[in-house]
Amino acid sequence: MIELSQVSRSFTVGDQQVAALRGIDLSIAAGDYVSIMGPSGSGKSTLLNMIGLLDRPSSGTYKLDGGNVTALDDVQQARVRSEKIGFVFQSFHLVPRLTAAMNIELPLILAGIPPAERKTRVVKLLENYGLTDRADHRPDQLSGGQRQRVAIARATSMHPAVLLADEPTGNLDQATGKEVLHLLEQLVEQNVALILVTHDPVLGGRAARQINMVDGQIVSETGRAVGRVPPADAERRVEPDLR
Amino acid sequence: MRLIDVAQFAACSLRGSPTRTLLMMLAMSIGVASVVVLTALGEGARRYVVDQFSSLGTNLVIVLPGRTETAGIGPGMLIGQVPREISLDDVQALLRSPGVKRIAPLTVGSATLSRDALNREVVVLGSTSELLEVRHMELGLGKFLPPGDIHESASVCVLGNQIKREFFGNEQAVGAWVRLGDRRFRVIGVLASQGESMGMRTDELVIVPIASAHQLFNTSGVFRILIEAKSRDGIEQVMHDAEEIMFQRHNGEKDVTVITQDAVIATFDRILTALTMAVGGIAAISLAVAGVLIMNVMLIAVAQRVKEIGLLKALGAPPVQIRRLFFAEAALLSGIGSMAGLLLGYAGSTIIGQIYPALPVSPPWWAVLAACATALGTGILFSVWPARRAARLDPVAALAGR
Repeated sequence: MIELSQVSRSFTVGDQQVAALRGIDLSIAAGDYVSIMGPSGSGKSTLLNMIGLLDRPSSGTYKLDGGNVTALDDVQQARVRSEKIGFVFQSFHLVPRLTAAMNIELPLILAGIPPAERKTRVVKLLENYGLTDRADHRPDQLSGGQRQRVAIARATSMHPAVLLADEPTGNLDQATGKEVLHLLEQLVEQNVALILVTHDPVLGGRAARQINMVDGQIVSETGRAVGRVPPADAERRVEPDLR
Repeated sequence: MRLIDVAQFAACSLRGSPTRTLLMMLAMSIGVASVVVLTALGEGARRYVVDQFSSLGTNLVIVLPGRTETAGIGPGMLIGQVPREISLDDVQALLRSPGVKRIAPLTVGSATLSRDALNREVVVLGSTSELLEVRHMELGLGKFLPPGDIHESASVCVLGNQIKREFFGNEQAVGAWVRLGDRRFRVIGVLASQGESMGMRTDELVIVPIASAHQLFNTSGVFRILIEAKSRDGIEQVMHDAEEIMFQRHNGEKDVTVITQDAVIATFDRILTALTMAVGGIAAISLAVAGVLIMNVMLIAVAQRVKEIGLLKALGAPPVQIRRLFFAEAALLSGIGSMAGLLLGYAGSTIIGQIYPALPVSPPWWAVLAACATALGTGILFSVWPARRAARLDPVAALAGR
């Protein structure tokens, strides 16, 4: 479903070119559970943004469901995001002035779905994620776990094929984090491709496919080396955060 | 995204920062209100003047002795000539014009009115029976001047309402005798109270037949001739005839001026409409200022909501939609602001109308429309840039709050 071939991305910082991704080849099928791990600055977030069509590769091609999405313009990409991709962020990114129900409804509103259908979908999602009694609460009245549940409900409201989660448990305590991860993993059973970015090897280890990134390259998958062996000091290198 | 959802979302974000929204709407509504109030005042003044002129009569053509020259002092004045006066025969000659419906010559002077021990100086108007209709006066009691020979100097008079009250109080005035200058006149009628019109208080007038007035003041000239044309279309004809007749009677000299009341009204109308528009235009500047304020507020909103914009992009909102959301916000701001301004403006003009009841204060429809259009227009125009800025944000950077 997702096919990246020789995708590279470089940024200009000052007068220097910094490569965040170098020649990534990756393919992910529907229902895959993939974790991307690596030290900060290894390019895992950039890769996630690339898959989520929030960023464009400097070179290489990205095919989603067989179509080359790198060639699409902003409007078409927005449409693909709306229909096929869901995001879960570390800091939840809920709109503070909207209630939980309205936050969940937001993608449906943006997609222009009629109010009646929106309402039934939101009610169902609230129920699924145990938020029914929290429907009219604003984000600042919710706990961290509830906020992330709202965010997951929002991400799944358009029935996306791919769910991208960037450190979804980063702002949560361990118990809540586990609970949230469990909810995400349930989606895999519904044939959603879950891509999880984390620097926590315990969380990443739960994924069926584990990808390790260093310095903008995939160095191993599920423990096996796929490219060059990383330099011995790569894990310890501190690089600027190149999201 | 549905239009109603766009509006709801925008309304929701406006409610998110109520103080800013209220201040913004206040600025907008003050702008609209000032346009409404100022144009209402200007329009009131215009209508006041036009009404005053119209109350003088309809389809009026006015003949004045002398030629009004715009070139300053005419050669005649230097050698002590005064314009040839218009005689009563001239007035009768004007009746030859087929377009004339009524004709009322006027002579004005002042004389001492006395009854028993009471006396005061009054303005005396010499005219004919037709003055009543030509000038749209209303008779309160008795009869007006009798019709008949213009040269007949009957000793009768009609009193203005206030003169009657001063001299007779609640007594019967009609039929009584008063002294005007050195002549005795019988009161045959009293005018109804009709207030002031064009600076001449008809309530303080005494009207006598024109021949009597000539004797009283020892003159033979007519001050003005008021001619009522049969129809509006007939005014041109009457003007032309009047000039022609006077030209022939005065030995081929054009020594009268013929003006129409319409021309006078039209001039005032133009001047005062221009004034109203100028005042309205000045007030509209405050709307432009409000527009700049809206831009400022929208730029702040974009800066404060960078993360939200990033989120909207991630959720699949194309740039067009994000622009539309900000446009909707600006449109709502200026829309509600101008509604409030309209209310404020109408309330203000009503209050002014209460304070100056003589002034028919009401904002003209074009000013109301223009004020709202300008408010909405500037609001949306000045949000173009902030909206574009929001739509162009890089989603990755925006999500990170950069």
